[in-house]
Amino acid sequence: MVQNAEHHRNLLNESGLEMLNLCISQIEKATEALLNNDGDLAEDVMNTETRINALDLKIENDCEKFIALYTPVAIDLRFIMAVLKINFDLERIGDHAYDISKYIVDFDKPIEPHLFKNLKFEKMYATIISMFENITIAYEEKDVKSARKVFKKDKILDKINAESFSIIEKEINKDNAIIDQTLLMFAIIKKFERVGDLIKNIAEEIIFYIDAEVIKHKRKK
Amino acid sequence: MAKETAITMIKIKEKKIDSKKVEDGASKDGAKIAIKDVKVWYDDFMAIKGIDMTIKPNTVTAFIGPSGCGKSTFLRLFNRMNDYVEGFKMEGKIKLNGTNIYKDKINVEELRKEVGMVFQKPNPFPKSIFENVAYGLKIQGIKDKKILNERVEKALRQADLWTEVKDDLKKSALALSGGQQQRLCIARTLAVEPSILLMDEPTSALDPISTAKIEDLIFELKEKYTIVIVTHNMQQASRISDYTAFFYIGELIEFDKTKTIFTNPEKQQTENYITGRFG
Repeated sequence: MVQNAEHHRNLLNESGLEMLNLCISQIEKATEALLNNDGDLAEDVMNTETRINALDLKIENDCEKFIALYTPVAIDLRFIMAVLKINFDLERIGDHAYDISKYIVDFDKPIEPHLFKNLKFEKMYATIISMFENITIAYEEKDVKSARKVFKKDKILDKINAESFSIIEKEINKDNAIIDQTLLMFAIIKKFERVGDLIKNIAEEIIFYIDAEVIKHKRKK
Repeated sequence: MAKETAITMIKIKEKKIDSKKVEDGASKDGAKIAIKDVKVWYDDFMAIKGIDMTIKPNTVTAFIGPSGCGKSTFLRLFNRMNDYVEGFKMEGKIKLNGTNIYKDKINVEELRKEVGMVFQKPNPFPKSIFENVAYGLKIQGIKDKKILNERVEKALRQADLWTEVKDDLKKSALALSGGQQQRLCIARTLAVEPSILLMDEPTSALDPISTAKIEDLIFELKEKYTIVIVTHNMQQASRISDYTAFFYIGELIEFDKTKTIFTNPEKQQTENYITGRFG
């Protein structure tokens, strides 16, 4: 690949990493705002969404230019395809962080601490952060093993999400006064579960880029 | 082309290639061109270092690789064009529909009727358009005007040139544009009804529109011919070929479906070449 193309490829790689870090930070801040009932921090997340959208457009444009100018093949083509798809998934993660923050701002009151505990929210959050770490290493170091770690962890999120319905039901039966809080938490857990799915997609795309292996839609028999 | 045609005209009265078998498009071993452990030297320089390959009938196979890798030498083995290069020596077998074309008693003239060739630069004869296409037919001894007219029209239609030149068949071929001249050369090759078409960088001297026409033509012609093309244009190889062979310093590094070569090649060297990282 000519030097100019290599230079643009590196820039795209850096933009992808910037987008990843920005989205991780958005999820971290949104969670912190939720746990501390911090409306200001939630608003900060909502304001940062415009940066994510701008970066999303920039990456899309840069990918389009790269394809048009350098007609990539093989690993370069997989790289561009992966960056495009990862960018799309990250932008969706950014949307979820925005939505969670908006819930917090609109709700504007603290959540009962026992709800977080009973719904295993902290475990869910820790799992998501750990998954983010895995895909960051995978992306930066082209480490397929690290990307594969995400799949097991996503199942933890699925389990917490599946269990949340009956827990919410019990909480409402116990105390009608916190219906609004439980419903808010139910919505947030759904959002976190979706974030987990998107991180899993990103891991699949990184593996496709590095190993040319398509994992999407494969089911264990 | 004049030089090559002169070579074609050299009559070697030996064993004829079984043209009936060629028309059937099937060989004894099920392949159109079967290459077995082929080595080529030019004096002491080893240009091809032992290549095995099978080219299936009615496919387009692209040969790619950096300059001097041996792809053109390899291509020219299929119609014995290297025979006249000083110091040329070859080992191994190349079978065209089961017949080893390097047997001592092969009829090279017959071989070249079966294996047509188009070159990098269009090289029409300084004759009329009609005479250019009819040239090979006349050499074959066809004199009947009706047959000649039919075969010339058919070849020009196959080469997608007929509508552009049908009213100017007596015009000098040299007055045509570069793209038209190349299609005329293809028509001239097709007129003698070969079963294999060799193309050595056929569009490297043409503009994008003429190139697109030749590429469309190649796509249509593979229904009737086996096509082997040498190209330096990676995108062209990926656009038009079914199979791609990557050569490097006289060796066949990788030979696979074009889709595989351009999405997920097996060898690192291939990937480095097609992505422009070396070569």
